[in-house]
Amino acid sequence: MNIVVCVKQVPDTATERKLRSDDKTLDRDAADGVINELCEYAVEEALRLKEAHGGEVTVLTMGPDKAGDTIRKALAMGADKAVHLVDDALHGSDALATSYAMAQALKKVGFDLVVLGSESTDARTGVLAAMLAERLGVPQLTFANKVEVAGDAITVQRVTDYGYDRVEASLPAVVSVVEKINEPRYPSFKGIMAAKKKPVQKFGLADAEIDASQVGLANSWSEVADFEAAPPRAAGTVVKDEGDGGVKVADFLASKKFV
Amino acid sequence: MSEILVLVEHVEGQVKKVTLELLTLARGLGEPSAVWTGAGYSPEARARLAEHGAEKVYVADSADIADHVVAPKAELLARLVADTSPAAVLVAATAEAKEIAARLAIKIDSGVLTDVVGIQDGLLAEQSIFGGGVNVRSRVTKGTPIVAVRPNATPVEAVAGAGAEERVEITVSDAAKAARIVERVKEEKGARPELTEASVVVSGGRGVGSAENFSIIERLADSLGAAVGASRAATDAGWYPHQFQVGQTGKTVSPQLYIATGISGAIQHRAGMQTAKTIVAINKDPEAPIFELADFGVVGDLNQVVPQLIEEIAKRK
Repeated sequence: MNIVVCVKQVPDTATERKLRSDDKTLDRDAADGVINELCEYAVEEALRLKEAHGGEVTVLTMGPDKAGDTIRKALAMGADKAVHLVDDALHGSDALATSYAMAQALKKVGFDLVVLGSESTDARTGVLAAMLAERLGVPQLTFANKVEVAGDAITVQRVTDYGYDRVEASLPAVVSVVEKINEPRYPSFKGIMAAKKKPVQKFGLADAEIDASQVGLANSWSEVADFEAAPPRAAGTVVKDEGDGGVKVADFLASKKFV
Repeated sequence: MSEILVLVEHVEGQVKKVTLELLTLARGLGEPSAVWTGAGYSPEARARLAEHGAEKVYVADSADIADHVVAPKAELLARLVADTSPAAVLVAATAEAKEIAARLAIKIDSGVLTDVVGIQDGLLAEQSIFGGGVNVRSRVTKGTPIVAVRPNATPVEAVAGAGAEERVEITVSDAAKAARIVERVKEEKGARPELTEASVVVSGGRGVGSAENFSIIERLADSLGAAVGASRAATDAGWYPHQFQVGQTGKTVSPQLYIATGISGAIQHRAGMQTAKTIVAINKDPEAPIFELADFGVVGDLNQVVPQLIEEIAKRK
């Protein structure tokens, strides 16, 4: 099975994240770049499927040169090779433009199964997997907390508000995974060393046959008009429990008409 | 005035509150048209939508739409957009509705904005990003704006609309039937409100200490008619089911009141609750970052404070 796992480098959520004042895009220099947490679950799931069914795991990322670190992390976990979609013209792409560029790259790479995390910690749109399924014309098996493959048949448990749906489809397909689907492995020392020798192919726009008029900040389908740091919440009252903490909370709730 | 299509969220035939919020928002943008998909439609549902401003109610309740993942609903909306040329399409910022919006955006070549908390003149959408640290205003620049709005972001106002019902017959394409729902598994939830819709949420974290002790969080929640949430530390420890996790990798909630008990308030958690209107924190560590967000905080042992609070609430009812 030819599995492509899409990963994203995001600013570390433990650091202060910012938008750039010039073009209102994510300031990638302001914070350390790390692999998006849910992408680790996606890599793990891809590796488990390969271990169970054979085949190959290719990592695909779109991002600046710096995102190469995230590729190495996924390779160190055990993926076989990688494709890095990197081109200045992609800078500032919104979800629609990103999904277009990624879909073009996926068509080029070829796949039986595309696996990704259900959401990134920076943009948090949660739409990329559905957009890829739409653009690629393959079944959408998203928000999965369990994935089973048998021949060409694939079944997932799709997490819902009420529990889950069992969903069936045929490969090729796009799967997005939620946290708790598995426990991502830590790269071993051997894995880290091996990752340095694994092939990473760089794709520019032309390599993936991406139409430049459909990507980048200026060609996106949406734009940031303006932004500002959220005003800090007004300082509240903090009291020490002197045996009457519960009463004091009740007083506060009553003053706000919650009780 | 142009139509504004509002995708209806419903559970067991009941229209969810977020849909009434969207209809309220839609009235400020044009003429709201509710779009009902899937099973459970009834005259009562129509009446509820009309009471909140729906001028039209499009109904597409064929099994084909309900029994396949996301894609048929996007096809239906694309068809309605083509037929009615609306000024905008509003959906709830739930996991599934955002995916419907995503596929619709590609079908009708239009921009989509997610997790919107308000809409200003000129369809300028307000978003709160980076765990509530930055407020953004953004807009769609191509096509018909598709906007996914967070539950609890808009106060509901009931202003009656005509609520004229229009049946929509649609043949779902084979491509949209590629992912088949073969079974729906309902997990026991009890009588509590749904986490993202609840106006009050009571959450427990590491300080709760055990799965058994979550019963006091549940009792406090029940005394306030609240939903129960949990921090990642609590769900990772297996004390409370993962679907109740509030935070960066869990649910985002914006209730009127959020009570954080035994939660330190790491960014992981704050990202999911920072836009709550009023925040109360109970934690024994006076240095816990949650107190920086709290409108009211008690430094103390939740095992003492919470039972007393439950008792006080009961007394004052």
